Amino acid sequence: MGVRDSIKRVDAYEKVTGAAKYTADLMPAGALVAKVVRSTIANGKVVQFDLSEALAVPGVVKIFTCFDVPDIEFATAGHPYVLDKAKGDVYDRRLLNERVRVYGDDIAAVVAVDEVAAARAARLVKVEYEEYAPILSVEAALAPDAMPLHPGVRDTNLLGQSSYRIGEGTYEEAKHSEPGLVEVTGEYGTQTVQHCHMETPQSYAYMENDRIVVVTSTQIPHIVRRVVGQALGIPWARVRVIKPYIGGGFGNKQDVLYEPLNAFLTQQLGGRLVKLELTREETMACTRVRHAIHAKVKALARPDGTLIARKLEAYSDQGGYASHGHSICANCVTMFKQLYHDQRVTEGDGYTAYTNHATAGAMRAYGIPQSDFITECLMEDLADKLGMDPLELRLKNCMPQGYVDPSTGIHAYSNGIRECVAKGRALFGWDEKRARYAHETGDIRRGVGFAMFDYKTGVYPISLEVSNCRMFMNEDGSVSLQMGATEIGQGADTVFTQMAAETVGLTEGNVHIVSTQDTDVSPFDLGAYGSRQTYVCGMAVKRTGEILKGKVLDYASYKLKKPAEELDTEADWVVRRAGREKLLPIADLALEAQYSRDRAERLFAEASIDCHENTISTGCTFAEVEVDIPMGRVTVLRILNVHDSGILINPKLAEGQVHGGISMGLGYALSEELLYDEKGRPRNDNLLDYKLPTAMDQPDLEAAFVELCDPSGPFGNKALGEPPTISPAPAIRNAVLQATGVHFNTLPLSPQKLVEGFVQAGLIKEVGPNV
Amino acid sequence: MFKTLTMTVNGREVSIPVDERESLADTLRNRLGLTSVKKGCEVGECGACTVLIDGEAFDTCIYLSLWAEGRSILTVEGLKSPTGELNPVQQAFIDEAATQCGFCTPGLIMSAVEIVGTGKRYSREELRKLISGHLCRCTGYDSILNALERVVEQTYKHVGHEGEAPGPAGHA
Repeated sequence: MGVRDSIKRVDAYEKVTGAAKYTADLMPAGALVAKVVRSTIANGKVVQFDLSEALAVPGVVKIFTCFDVPDIEFATAGHPYVLDKAKGDVYDRRLLNERVRVYGDDIAAVVAVDEVAAARAARLVKVEYEEYAPILSVEAALAPDAMPLHPGVRDTNLLGQSSYRIGEGTYEEAKHSEPGLVEVTGEYGTQTVQHCHMETPQSYAYMENDRIVVVTSTQIPHIVRRVVGQALGIPWARVRVIKPYIGGGFGNKQDVLYEPLNAFLTQQLGGRLVKLELTREETMACTRVRHAIHAKVKALARPDGTLIARKLEAYSDQGGYASHGHSICANCVTMFKQLYHDQRVTEGDGYTAYTNHATAGAMRAYGIPQSDFITECLMEDLADKLGMDPLELRLKNCMPQGYVDPSTGIHAYSNGIRECVAKGRALFGWDEKRARYAHETGDIRRGVGFAMFDYKTGVYPISLEVSNCRMFMNEDGSVSLQMGATEIGQGADTVFTQMAAETVGLTEGNVHIVSTQDTDVSPFDLGAYGSRQTYVCGMAVKRTGEILKGKVLDYASYKLKKPAEELDTEADWVVRRAGREKLLPIADLALEAQYSRDRAERLFAEASIDCHENTISTGCTFAEVEVDIPMGRVTVLRILNVHDSGILINPKLAEGQVHGGISMGLGYALSEELLYDEKGRPRNDNLLDYKLPTAMDQPDLEAAFVELCDPSGPFGNKALGEPPTISPAPAIRNAVLQATGVHFNTLPLSPQKLVEGFVQAGLIKEVGPNV
Repeated sequence: MFKTLTMTVNGREVSIPVDERESLADTLRNRLGLTSVKKGCEVGECGACTVLIDGEAFDTCIYLSLWAEGRSILTVEGLKSPTGELNPVQQAFIDEAATQCGFCTPGLIMSAVEIVGTGKRYSREELRKLISGHLCRCTGYDSILNALERVVEQTYKHVGHEGEAPGPAGHA
C-alpha cells in the first residue's frame, strides 16, 4: 500500500478490455469532417486559390483558406504563459499560413460531410504559389545572404542563441595553460526523428452557447485552452478543453497542434460539430519532430584523464516554425557543462535556425539525447586517444556530489551517478567483457560501450512550475482525486493514486482518480512534460492529502473525544498514533461527517503548489553489440540502463518507463531517421519506410535502479519519464567503436552508413558492383 | 454503394448496411461501437486494429468489410466471460504491466489470443516474431512478451496434460 509498491495500473482493466475511451472513440455521430489542404512546396507564398472544382464535390460544406483567418499570429509550444511577452515563445504562425515555410504547410481547410468528400475536395484545391528555393540546412539558413523565413519576428533565420563560459579564461587560452595536454576535436550530429505515438493527433470541436468545446488528444489541456483563445482572439475561458485517454505523446502533444484550427472551424460554422483527425503521414510530416543538432566540440585533458577544458558549438535545425524553439538547443548546451567538470573552463554556444524542414518541437528528454550523443562521443573519443578505460575517464570527471548548476542554480540534491556506474558495471560484467573484446578481428566483431547522462526534474527556474490537486471524501470513506496533470500512458494516474492513499491513510482501492481533464472542472495544471508530474504534481497531491487528513483527524477528534494529536490514519482506519490501535473505520467517520445532524461537514481539500525547486536525475547505459561488418549490421546483444531517479513510487511502472525509453533509444541509434528530398518533401513519412523498433529488433531490455532519497522530492523521487531514452544511442555508438575501431559520428548507425564507414576504414576491401 | 453485410461479431449475428468501400475497422468502430479496434496507420503497418476473423489475426484497416460476409469476428470486447471474468491473456497483460498508453493493447491482445489458442509452447524469440506486426512505442515490448510467456506457459500446461493423456507423444 502507498508509495514504493508495485500496484497494478489503475487504468489497466479499462485498457485491456477495450473500455478505455480515446478521443476518436468518443466522437459523436454526424460530425463534419475537416481536412487540411497542405502546400506542395516547402518555401514560398500562396498567391491565390482556385476552389471551383473542390467546391463542386458533393458533400463539401465550406472551404477556408489562409485569406479567411484572423490576422493573429500565435505560438504553439506547450509552455506556461509568460507575462512578459518579449521573453516568452515566438508568435510566428496563423491558423492557416499564406507564407509557406514547410512542405505540407497548412494553407486551407476543407469541411465536408464525410471523409471521402473532404479528402477528394482537398486534392482538388488548386493553388498558385510564388515559390522560393527551400532552405534545407542550418548552414544555408545562417548564410549571410539567406532569405529570412520570418522577417516579422527575426531579421535573419537565427531564431535563438545562448552562450556560457564557466571558469577561467577561454578554451583557446587553456590550451597553453600547462604542458602535455591532449586535445580531441570532433563533429557529431543527430538526425530528425519523430515521436510516433500510436494514436495520431485527434480532435473534435463544437459550441455550447457562446463557448467552444474542444475534445483532444493532448498532454497539455490547460495550455491548449489558452492558445486556442489566443489564436482566435477570444477570451480564454470561452474555450473548454477536454482530454480523455491518449495514445501516447512523447512531447508531440506538448504542442498545440490543430486544436485552434478545429475550434475556428466550428466557430465559423455556427457551432456545428467538426472533427479533425490526422493521418499517420500527416502526423509524421506535419506535426513536430525532434531537432537535428549538429555540433563541433573540443576537449583538453591531462594524460591521466583530468578534463581541463571543453567547448561546444551546437547548431539546431528548427524547421519552419518556432514551436519550442531555442529552448531545446539551450537545454542541449546546458547538459554539456553539467555532466562533467572541467578544471579550467567550459564553453558552450548554441544556435537555433529556422529552415524549411518540418517544425521541430518537444520530444522525450528535450534536447538531451542530442546533447548526450555529442558529449558522450567526445568523452569516448578522448578515452580512446588517451588509452583509458571509458568508465574510468568518466568517473574521474563526472558531476560531483553537491553539484549546483552555475547558470540555473539547480542543485543535485541527490546524485547517484557513481552508484549507477558501479551497479551497472557489476551487473553487466563490464570489465570482463571490455577485456574480452579488446582485440576483435574478422567480419563479425563484438564490443561494449557506455554512456552516462544527467537530467533535471521539471522546468523550474527556466519556466513556471505550478500544480493543483483537489480531493473530496465520499460518504463511504473513499476519496475522489482530481488532477490537472495528465495521464499519457506513463502511469501518472496510478502514482497519484498511490501518493493520495499514502498521504490520507487509505488503501488504493479507496482512491478514485478522475483520469479525464476538463478545463471547466479540473484543477489547473501545466500538463505532462519535463518529467515533472511525479515531482511537482506529487507535491500538490501530498499537500492536498495532508489537508484532507487533518480534517479527517479533526472530525475523529470530535467524535472520539480524543485530541487530534493522539490520532492518525492508516489503511482506511483512524488509529491511535501510539500503538496503532484501530479506533474507527474512516468509512463510518465519512458517513457521519456528511449526514450528522450535529456537525455535518463536507471533507474536502484543494491545494496549489508554486514549486521553486528542481533536482537532477542521473543514470547510464551499458550496451553490448555484435557488428556484421560486410552487412553493415549492428545487433544489440545486451542493453542495461541504470537509473538514479530517487525513490521509485511504483517500481514495476518505473521499469516500464525504462524499457520504453531504451526501445526509443535503440530506434534513435540504429534505424530511425526522417528523410527529405531536395525540395524539402518528406520521403519516408509512414511506418513502413520509417523504421521503429519491433519486438524482433531488440534484446531483452534490462533496467536497474539506485534508489537514493532525494530530499527535495515529495516522496524522495525525481525525474524518470524521459531519462531512459537519453543514453542508449551513444552507448551503442561507443560499443561499435570498441568492436570495429571506427568512429561513427552521426546517427543513426544505418547499414548504409556503416558499410561506407567500413569501406573507408579498410575493413571492407572488396566492394561488389551492386554495393 | 451500400450492401448488407451479415457476420458474427463476438458471438452474435449481425446484419448491417455497409459502404462497399468501407474497411472492417470502420465498420466495427462506427457501426457497431467496438472502439477497442484502434486505427494507428490505416495501411496495415501498426497492428492496432487487429481482430480475429475465424480465429485468425487480421489488420482490419486493410480488410474490406464485405470480405467478412459469413465470417466470425472476435474483438477485445468479446473476450470477457459472460459473468465478466477476464480472459487469461487480459489478466496477464494487467499482471505484467504490459499496457501503458493502451492504444496498441487491444490489437496485441487479439494476436496473443490467437497465439495462445494454438496450445503450443513458444520460445521468447518465436513470440517476438509472432508479435512483430504490432508496433508499441511505450513498453519496449518486454512486458508484453512477459505476459505472453506467462499465459502461453499456463495454457500449454493445461492443454498439454489433456493432450498427453492418450499417449506418450511429446508436445515440443
